[in-house]
Amino acid sequence: MTESSSNSTPSAATQGWSVQDKVSASLRSRKRKEKAFKNLGLASVLVSLALVAILFINIFSKGIPAFWQTSMELDIYFDPQIVNVPEKPVQQADESFYDFDNRLQEWETELGFVNFNALINNAIIPLLPDFERSQTRFLTQLITSGERHALRQMVMDDPSVIGQTKTLRLLTAANIDVWLKGNIDRDLPDEQQQLPALVRDWADQLYAEGAIQNRFSTALFMNPDSRSSLASAGLAGAFVGSFYMMLIVIFLAIPMGVAAAIYLEEFAPKNKITDVIEVNINNLAAVPSIIFGLLGAAVFINWFNLPMSAPVVGGLVLSLMTLPTVIIATRSTLRAIPPSIRSAALGLGASRTQTVFHHVLPLAIPGILTGSILGVAQALGETAPLLLIGMKSFVASVPQTPFDQSTALPVQIYLWQGNELRNFFEARTSAAIIVLLMLMLSLNALAIWLRRKLEVRW
Amino acid sequence: MTQAQANPATTVTARNVEVFYGDTQAIKGIDLDVHTNEVLSFIGPSGCGKSTFLRCLNRMNDTIAGCRVTGSIELDGKDIYHPSVDEVLLRARVGMVFQKPNPFPKSIYDNIAYGPKLHGLVERKPELDDIVESSLRRAGLWEEVKDRLHAPGTGLSGGQQQRLCIARTIAVSPEVILMDEPCSALDPIATGIIEELIHDLKEKFTIVIVTHNMQQAARVSDRTAFFHLGDLVEVSPTDELFTNPKNKRTEDYITGRYG
Repeated sequence: MTESSSNSTPSAATQGWSVQDKVSASLRSRKRKEKAFKNLGLASVLVSLALVAILFINIFSKGIPAFWQTSMELDIYFDPQIVNVPEKPVQQADESFYDFDNRLQEWETELGFVNFNALINNAIIPLLPDFERSQTRFLTQLITSGERHALRQMVMDDPSVIGQTKTLRLLTAANIDVWLKGNIDRDLPDEQQQLPALVRDWADQLYAEGAIQNRFSTALFMNPDSRSSLASAGLAGAFVGSFYMMLIVIFLAIPMGVAAAIYLEEFAPKNKITDVIEVNINNLAAVPSIIFGLLGAAVFINWFNLPMSAPVVGGLVLSLMTLPTVIIATRSTLRAIPPSIRSAALGLGASRTQTVFHHVLPLAIPGILTGSILGVAQALGETAPLLLIGMKSFVASVPQTPFDQSTALPVQIYLWQGNELRNFFEARTSAAIIVLLMLMLSLNALAIWLRRKLEVRW
Repeated sequence: MTQAQANPATTVTARNVEVFYGDTQAIKGIDLDVHTNEVLSFIGPSGCGKSTFLRCLNRMNDTIAGCRVTGSIELDGKDIYHPSVDEVLLRARVGMVFQKPNPFPKSIYDNIAYGPKLHGLVERKPELDDIVESSLRRAGLWEEVKDRLHAPGTGLSGGQQQRLCIARTIAVSPEVILMDEPCSALDPIATGIIEELIHDLKEKFTIVIVTHNMQQAARVSDRTAFFHLGDLVEVSPTDELFTNPKNKRTEDYITGRYG
């Protein structure tokens, strides 16, 4: 009270001054606070950018070299002395398929006894001037073991190559790749090296001569995973597995999610039941993905007897996981369509369904597509539920159908990350991460492009 | 005036209409006749129920959850709330123009053509072209847009958009046109054009218009109804209501004591 009375007594001029002073004093502190807040925001943006940059630099610096792999171009002579097998059987007119198949299998078994390493060795020996016969057993460490199976397959497919010389590009063993790229400390003592000194010298010598070259690795993309021939391990199996799963997600989760969202948003009465459904959908979106894996294992595998490790189960599980995302994205898109459009159509005498399909949906499609593609991208990167339905097992073939055993891209990353030959697979893992990141980025870019292209402004 | 007194034909007859939003009563037992080919305006303070009552006339209230209408509203002697009446058909006969211009984000042509195509009023393209042209002419928009019929309707000015919405409404040849504050988002010039248009449209259509602007009611309407707190206080020929209101509440409102 006394203060207010003393304030009211001075003349207007002095009162004006004191108000100005107070305001400018408070202004200074306000501006200081604003500046501090702005700087804080800027700092956190910079920190997160720096972290992302570190992550990317780390992955890319490790992963990009793995897209190139050392290989050797060799003139392989399919020496009939070594590939000493009878002629490939042909089905006779009076022969049953069963008998023919038996004969064919006998022939193939015989082919399996052929020492294809000898063919490769014979091609390498002329390149090594100081070679001695006692060193023969070391030669197999140069070329990865998968290549001799590739040679056998060549003969099996077309026996006429016997006696011919073919120029083939063969992958070197993983350890040679590691050594030549310097992914192992070259100064380590001999007993800690993966390769004997002789083979290391050969590798250096052949690399210097240009016989071993660092070429773009098609194996990374064309081959399935491998454990016996590490250098030929590739992403093809995981890629096809992921592809099947994404197809299932696209054709299951998106139509179901969009239809559910349209019904809930445009047709369903607003009552207790729809409230409960809405809360449950929102909660489903927050359920940890591993729980969906448990559900998939329990329902799809135990109950429906679908195969383990199969993309069909993975796709179903990922569809369940993506469903809430699609529903929520579609509903928020529908909610953003101005109600005046609906009133206009209803006022003209369109039914509710006509209003939705003629006016609301065309406007909502860009948003629905964006939400769906982001949901698919999320499903593409999901790992945890797949581990529980057995997709973490080692599969050495490309799945032919969604019912075959398979892995998925993120699971392949997980598997390679745990491989014992760290020196080789650290880079390989980063390369797989880059492939996955690129797929995700292209999906997101597609989402942005579609939204830009289809958006109608009003 | 003489015409209005001489027992005119009625298009809409409302008796004891009550509207509830959940437990709240928005309209308290209204009796009202809408005469054929007249312009009837609804005035009253915000929240008095005039828009709610208007939206009962083409059952747009059906789209609002929790809204319940009782009493009877007849269009040409048939109850529009009878279970056998399809609200979709009703809305083809009772068109509506909204407060904010709401053209579809499509071309001008498609905006007009949507209604006739929806109701199967046309079979061939030339007929549709005729309807589009005549509707736009009647809405006084043809000269302005005839060279850009395939440009987006949303690219027009506010007043043009509202006339496009009127053209879209009359393209399905309704009997009654409901207008819910059609000029509240428009500038005075666009408002003037719409008011003239309403005057012209009266020849073919029965028009019910809700307005906040008493001068507008005085300018465009034959009769005026004054709503207050869910009651229909007074309905009289427009010049009578503004010069010689029968009810004290009407007088207070039009002289600016509240509202």
